[in-house]
Amino acid sequence: MLEIKNLHARIAEDETEILRGVNLTVNPGEVHAIMGPNGSGKSTLSYVLAGKDDYEITEGEVLFNGENMLDMDPDERAAAGMFLAFQYPIEIPGVATMEFLKTAMNAQRKARGEDALSIPDFMKRVKAAANHLNVSMDMLKRPLNVGFSGGEKKRAEILQMSLLEPKLCVLDETDSGLDIDALRIVSQGVNTLRSPERAMVVITHYQRLLDHIVPDVVHVLSKGRIVKTGDKDLALELEKNGYADYVDAAA
Amino acid sequence: MNASVPIKHTQAESDLFDRFESAREALAGSVAVSALREAAVDQLRDRGLPHRRVEEYKYSDLRAFMKAAALLATAADLSRVQAILEDQDLFGGLERYRIVIANGSYLPTLSDVDALATEGVTVTNLNDALSGEHGAQLLAPPKSGQNDGVVALNTAFVQGGVIVDVAEGAAVSKPVELVQVAASSGAQATRIKVRAGAGASLHLLETFIGDTAEGEVNSVFDYDIADKAHLAATRLIVGNCDSARLLTTIATIGAEAEFRSLGFMAGPKFARNQQFINFVGENSEAKIYGVTMVGRDDLADQTLIVDHAVPHCNSREFFKTVLDGRAKGVYQGRINVAQHAQKSDGEMMTQALLLSEEAEMANKPELEIFADDVICAHGATSGQIDEDLLFYLRARGIPEAEAKTLLVLAFLSEAIEEYGEDDVTEGLEARVRDWLASH
Ligand SMILES: Nc1ncnc2c1ncn2[C@@H]1O[C@H](COP(=O)(O)OP(=O)(O)OP(=O)(O)O)[C@@H](O)[C@H]1O
Ligand SMILES: [Mg+2]
Repeated sequence: MLEIKNLHARIAEDETEILRGVNLTVNPGEVHAIMGPNGSGKSTLSYVLAGKDDYEITEGEVLFNGENMLDMDPDERAAAGMFLAFQYPIEIPGVATMEFLKTAMNAQRKARGEDALSIPDFMKRVKAAANHLNVSMDMLKRPLNVGFSGGEKKRAEILQMSLLEPKLCVLDETDSGLDIDALRIVSQGVNTLRSPERAMVVITHYQRLLDHIVPDVVHVLSKGRIVKTGDKDLALELEKNGYADYVDAAA
Repeated sequence: MNASVPIKHTQAESDLFDRFESAREALAGSVAVSALREAAVDQLRDRGLPHRRVEEYKYSDLRAFMKAAALLATAADLSRVQAILEDQDLFGGLERYRIVIANGSYLPTLSDVDALATEGVTVTNLNDALSGEHGAQLLAPPKSGQNDGVVALNTAFVQGGVIVDVAEGAAVSKPVELVQVAASSGAQATRIKVRAGAGASLHLLETFIGDTAEGEVNSVFDYDIADKAHLAATRLIVGNCDSARLLTTIATIGAEAEFRSLGFMAGPKFARNQQFINFVGENSEAKIYGVTMVGRDDLADQTLIVDHAVPHCNSREFFKTVLDGRAKGVYQGRINVAQHAQKSDGEMMTQALLLSEEAEMANKPELEIFADDVICAHGATSGQIDEDLLFYLRARGIPEAEAKTLLVLAFLSEAIEEYGEDDVTEGLEARVRDWLASH
């Protein structure tokens, strides 16, 4: 599904290299966790996958279902099935949440040659997803993410993800800011989306999330490179010993 | 300045003098009205069209813009007017009454005169009144713009219009659309007088449709808002047209009254919406909004003067401008607070969103305060589309153009929503989308 080969990326503005040769293959049905110290490049990797143009790719390639993803616009990537749950979801005053959801869903359908959703069909889907994730319809009447609490924003991201039904879900620290109950609800939401056709990359600092969303593979990203790959027990080990062993290895 | 030194007239000015000569016999009015017209033409002869060395027109040089002046439009063909009304409905589906003016003249047969009468609204042909004893009073200039060049141009050429009287206490149940139709080319000059009686309430829609090929449109709206009356005026100046669109509001606000207006401009090559607002009674409120979209190398100008001449009045001015191409946007807003107008509250804000590097916004908010116990503030901002917001929308599959549309709508709808006439919101947003799709 996703093949990242020797990916190097730098900040377009000042040419600081952030990703320094990332290799990662994610197959359909798999859940990969990426952990790593602050500033190691996890969010940068997720932005590069989503197509943010603050970054410049200097080397390497990214294939998404065999296609060169780096040539695609962000909206084309989304229509092809890429979804990024942002570490910091953005508030957009003046854009009504429902209007946004409808526009996004129909834009993706259009790009795939599908018919637009009827209003009742759309409403039914939103209500079901909102109910599932314990998101109130009142919240959805507000402008997009505006005034949402940290945890509400994260839940709203997962709501969008459920509605857009992507093939590849990249979750950037979706667990941070969630209370214990919300963590369970969100994890359930994510687990419902697990399927043999769908892959997930879960970026997190906390082993706790991985008790809920059990990963197939765990990677450690340090200084722009994956320095260690293991199974779910790697997360437990990191929880106990920290990154010290791996950070030095990357230097 | 020595007024006796004759200026060299431009082609457009010479055309205007010719226009006046050929039209003067046909133009309505009493002897006093004719004298006002002559005086207005004399002013034009002395000073020329308003130009950049006149402070109020510093950014909007009408004299340089007008290369020529067409003759006045002649009487409109009724069936053509009807066809245009059907084709170009700017508020499709909205329940409303209509008053129709075409090629500068009031058309009672196409207007909802009887239905309006049952709501307490009387519509009178301006030309009948101009010929009457008090005709000249109808052409009174704004207090804070006695010598305004655009108003003078209107006075010289006014072809027709209506007087709309809303009876005391009448709450008109539906908006009234005062639609001005250009059924053929030619200049149009109209004057609209609205008198909202004590305690009356009315929502006026002021639209301009039709063939907009040639000839400037100059329309003056003069509102008398009596005590405790409420008037909302939604003005739409839309559609691509190569000639000037010159609109003037004169509002005189009584006590405990409310005036709200929204001036929406998108499309013309040269458009100016100027408003002269006067509080004459205490405890009243004026809320003035502007939504402007300007592209190509066009110019759009929102100018207003709000006079707090009496104490205890509130005014709010909120203007939004979206610019693209090499367009120029102008906002000139002045709040005057007279010395005894204590407890005045004025809050003025103008915000511009620049979609291109070459577009230019002239923001000039001003306060002139002579009273000491007032709350007045003004602000101006200019910015571009926020790339992070754009990326977020695109990351959800929304193509760039559509994402920009959403963000532009979000920017403008702040003013549209605060204006708060919900029944026109949908129509206005549709016009924003039109502009974004076509400019
Ligand atoms: N647009 C940018 N401009 C400047 N610096 C940037 C930019 N994007 C990333 N960086 C820098 O790149 C480095 C990696 O940042 P990134 O956000 O990818 O880290 P992270 O692994 O997600 O960290 P955290 O765990 O704190 O979320 C940091 O030093 C950050 O300051
Ligand atoms: Mg991060």
